[in-house]
Amino acid sequence: MTITQEPQAGTREVGRDRRRKEDQRLITGRTKWTNNIELPGMLHLSMVRSPFAHARITGIDTTEAKAAPGVMAVLTGEDLKDQQGSLPNAWPVTPEQKAPPHPAVAVDRVTFSGEIVAVVVARSAAAARDAAELVDVDYEELDAVIDLKVAAADEVLAHPDLGTNESALWVFDSAEAGTGDDVEAAIRDAEVLIEREFRQQRLIPSFMEPRSVVVDPTGEQFVMWSATQVPHILRLMLALTLGVAESKVRVIAPDVGGGFGGKLQVTPEEVITFLVARHTGKPCKWNETRSESLLAAHHGRDQWQKLTLAAKADGTVTGLKVQLIANMGAYLGLVTSGVPILGAFMFNAIYKFPSYRFECQNVFTNTTWTDAYRGAGRPEATFAIERMMDELATELGRDPLEVREQNWIKHEEFPFTTVAGLEYDSGNYEAATARAKELFKYDELRAEQARRRESGDRVQLGLGVSTFTEMCGLAPSRVLGSLAYGAGGWEHASVRMLPSGKVEVITGSSAHGQGHETAWSQIVADQLGVPFEDVEVLHGDTQISHKGLDTYGSRSLVVGGQAVIKAAQKVIEKAKPLAAHVLEANVADLEFADGKFTVRGAGADQEGLSLTGLALSVFAAHDLPDGMEASLDADATYDPVNFSYPHGTHLCAMEVDTETGETTMRSYVCVDDIGTVVNPLIVDGQIHGGLVQGIAQALWEEAVYDDQGTLITGSFVDYTLPTSADTISFVTDRTVTPSTTNDLGAKGVGEAGTIASTPAVVNAVLDALRPLGVTDIVMPCTPERVWNAIQGAAHQPVVEEAAPHFDESAPNQDTPETEGGTL
Amino acid sequence: MIPAPFDYAAPATVEEALTLLSEHGDEAKVMAGGQSLLPVLRMRLNAPELVVDISRIESLKGIDDTGDAIRIGAATTYQEVLDSDLVREHLGLLHKAVSEIADPQIRHRGTVCGALAHADPAGDVGAPVLALDATMEVQSRGVVGPRQVAAADFFVDLFETAVGDGELLTAVTIPKHTGWGSHYEKFVRVSHQWAIIGIAAAVRSEGGVIAEARVGMTNMGSKPLRAPGVEAALAGQPATEEAIGEICARAGEGTEPPSDLNGQADYRRHLAGVLTRRAVLAAAGG
Repeated sequence: MTITQEPQAGTREVGRDRRRKEDQRLITGRTKWTNNIELPGMLHLSMVRSPFAHARITGIDTTEAKAAPGVMAVLTGEDLKDQQGSLPNAWPVTPEQKAPPHPAVAVDRVTFSGEIVAVVVARSAAAARDAAELVDVDYEELDAVIDLKVAAADEVLAHPDLGTNESALWVFDSAEAGTGDDVEAAIRDAEVLIEREFRQQRLIPSFMEPRSVVVDPTGEQFVMWSATQVPHILRLMLALTLGVAESKVRVIAPDVGGGFGGKLQVTPEEVITFLVARHTGKPCKWNETRSESLLAAHHGRDQWQKLTLAAKADGTVTGLKVQLIANMGAYLGLVTSGVPILGAFMFNAIYKFPSYRFECQNVFTNTTWTDAYRGAGRPEATFAIERMMDELATELGRDPLEVREQNWIKHEEFPFTTVAGLEYDSGNYEAATARAKELFKYDELRAEQARRRESGDRVQLGLGVSTFTEMCGLAPSRVLGSLAYGAGGWEHASVRMLPSGKVEVITGSSAHGQGHETAWSQIVADQLGVPFEDVEVLHGDTQISHKGLDTYGSRSLVVGGQAVIKAAQKVIEKAKPLAAHVLEANVADLEFADGKFTVRGAGADQEGLSLTGLALSVFAAHDLPDGMEASLDADATYDPVNFSYPHGTHLCAMEVDTETGETTMRSYVCVDDIGTVVNPLIVDGQIHGGLVQGIAQALWEEAVYDDQGTLITGSFVDYTLPTSADTISFVTDRTVTPSTTNDLGAKGVGEAGTIASTPAVVNAVLDALRPLGVTDIVMPCTPERVWNAIQGAAHQPVVEEAAPHFDESAPNQDTPETEGGTL
Repeated sequence: MIPAPFDYAAPATVEEALTLLSEHGDEAKVMAGGQSLLPVLRMRLNAPELVVDISRIESLKGIDDTGDAIRIGAATTYQEVLDSDLVREHLGLLHKAVSEIADPQIRHRGTVCGALAHADPAGDVGAPVLALDATMEVQSRGVVGPRQVAAADFFVDLFETAVGDGELLTAVTIPKHTGWGSHYEKFVRVSHQWAIIGIAAAVRSEGGVIAEARVGMTNMGSKPLRAPGVEAALAGQPATEEAIGEICARAGEGTEPPSDLNGQADYRRHLAGVLTRRAVLAAAGG
């Protein structure tokens, strides 16, 4: 199979729907995944994991496993405790943050079901797996705390040594920060007060390629191949965790089959594979099963959210108070503690709240630890505020889009400093909304909805709105510093001019399916005036790309892409003295366009000098101007001056079968504003995939533990991941309001669909059912939960899981019309 | 996902397969398409000594017209059933149910008889086969000809059938229901999921009136169920919602469906009533 595309002569590359250079190898799988790597004499690892959520390890008998065929070693926490260090948490959100030591292999106590207690090393993966069954571990069960609210009550402790389940309390208050007024005053004076509690269920990232690691200890350096999003961070953290010189570690992320944040981690398995390779002196491989992935790779979301929204009777919002309990799980992973804090800046969203307070209590439980999952903190915030704006509209009996528009930042008001202290540089919510309403046929659907309500149709229609924004392009280093994050947010790039005229671009933003190779080629083709095909993009190997901060937080294009532009601009600057020398002109008189230097005022018929020709001259170095270095290659490190703020209007129509509770998506329209688009095909792919993941949170996915802390959704039989067969054709369109903070005018798009879509779907389901008295349904909105909400059956699970109004005496908290599904 | 070690045999004849099965007793597992067995082995939920692969036994392949019935051999895949004109014409209900199973990859590997022998109550073929009064052919070593087991006697309990150790389900024979309308109403949250519940309905209509009806239920108990009371009450009724709504609403009465993440038993019983009405009306073309 070859993907070909007719060239479009004379057009700029940026903006073209280039088929991806990566597609052929990624789609056919004919490429290097970590698990494809075979090295001479390689050993294979299998992990022995705890079946208990909380237990003391009273003994491990490895005799039988060690005697099994092909087994080279069986190592326990006791064997590794002096070498394994503690897995890193890079984000101590408060100076007082509490965290337990985080061993790769548990030593004397396990704190979640799935924690590693021993590793079997054998000549084949099958032998390792067979022998893992023979490791005999004695446990003494301890009280486990699984439920988040129970944990917050601090009676049963996930880590008794800490003395509490509370890891950290993080607070932002606009009055204290000087970014706004006092929210308590706004609540006191509110003419309309909406108080709601929402559950952000736990999700499992479910990347396509399971995690795997290979470590080769032979040679001067340890070489680790890992299915990771973050080879650079991994290298540094391995060195810091294990006390190995960073210069003795090389990390390679070959082609990586997706991550969604789930591979933004330094994992126990990576540390263990490293230690075993060092111990045995032989190359070692660990490749996880899907069951292990669901059980023990980090999970995402998992919060209780309490919101209080104050408004005037005319619908003008006056204050927002957010109180979160965030489930850390059993440990703090790389950025576990910071994920909910990222939401702090997003609950106010696109609205002009004059006062705002955000409190987040991070809490430990005996469950798999949580960490980044596509959107990380921002989907949680967006869901809550977009649900609240619908609640406000319902309370006022007004159209949800109208109430939003009344409160959002108008396009002429940008740049706008929000009550959370961020400066939104650009946006046009009116334009995106107008376009979305037109594509959606909003008014026609409202009319149909009215007809169906009127006729008592068995299938009701609901329209859901989400006018989202997000902060992406993580991140300005000074902002990260102010949040006590352990690193900066810059990105690095190099451009190398080869003598043959080809160009190598090295990016520190390590792609795992996003299409960097294609998009960066388009950018560099425009910058240097070289053909798209002549640009090769290299990444993901710390020996080639020695510096970088990798891929997450929709940062690659707006931070990494900008670094590439800066490096390309340096190449042009470096070439100018030589061009001037050859053309016998002054540097100041040179112009560079379409890959050629010309002399200003020398006429249209001059041939000019090509940059690629100069690259050959520099290689030969026979006739360089005095003092010129014999290289055009350039590096650049770019630190963003601000986040970028994509926004959009997402409209969803859901049909709800009131007899069965089944929900069916009728239409989904999204108009996103992500500024300048480099490759519309890649953008559409990001939007489509993002939408499905967000819709999945609304309708399908939930990680569920039983009371003992056993993961019930331990396979895809129970963790209901959607496929293309479960989705409809989305209508996507864009408005373009360029970002003012990068040369491209681009904004991130990797997480936009996921952040925006969840509330649009839930709002639509509720909109269909509000006349029946339904005011809330806990996610995922399964048919049973929807049906129970309709029935208002008090003994059904939806009521057990949905909390009552948290202050019965507060305004707007009258007895619910129905009990089922009411918050 | 590496299974525990096991031996593998791919006999060429039913005779050879039966010899292996009788020699190994309950330490042997039969594999046809492997779509249920392999996940079980790979997740180490079972570790047989021997897997007997019957997919290469020529005499077990194919779909035949026996006059009053259609006979489907044990090595016949779902896709072959879907592609069969005989099945489409005479066993519309089975055709509809099979078309709802999982995804094309699974339908090209999995077999109708394999699913029947596995007897997962959430499987899609048990209910239609039961509703259509099928007969299973069960063969033992050293016995001439198979014993015939009625579908009603075949399903015993969760993952348990009338097929004993050393025996092999060689075919299912299903009476022709030519001219009957049929519908399989499968209720799932995502398309590749096991049925939360399923309702299989076949109806013979005469001038807008239901002359005969058959109703089978998937995942409404520990084995596929039939709703004989509903079937009897439907006979003679016009195929309208008003006429049959009350009757069908009783389909779940007395059943003990499972309670799990997809729904509590009460909810499943409610669904059974609603979906039976829908399936019967669809089958009757109403």
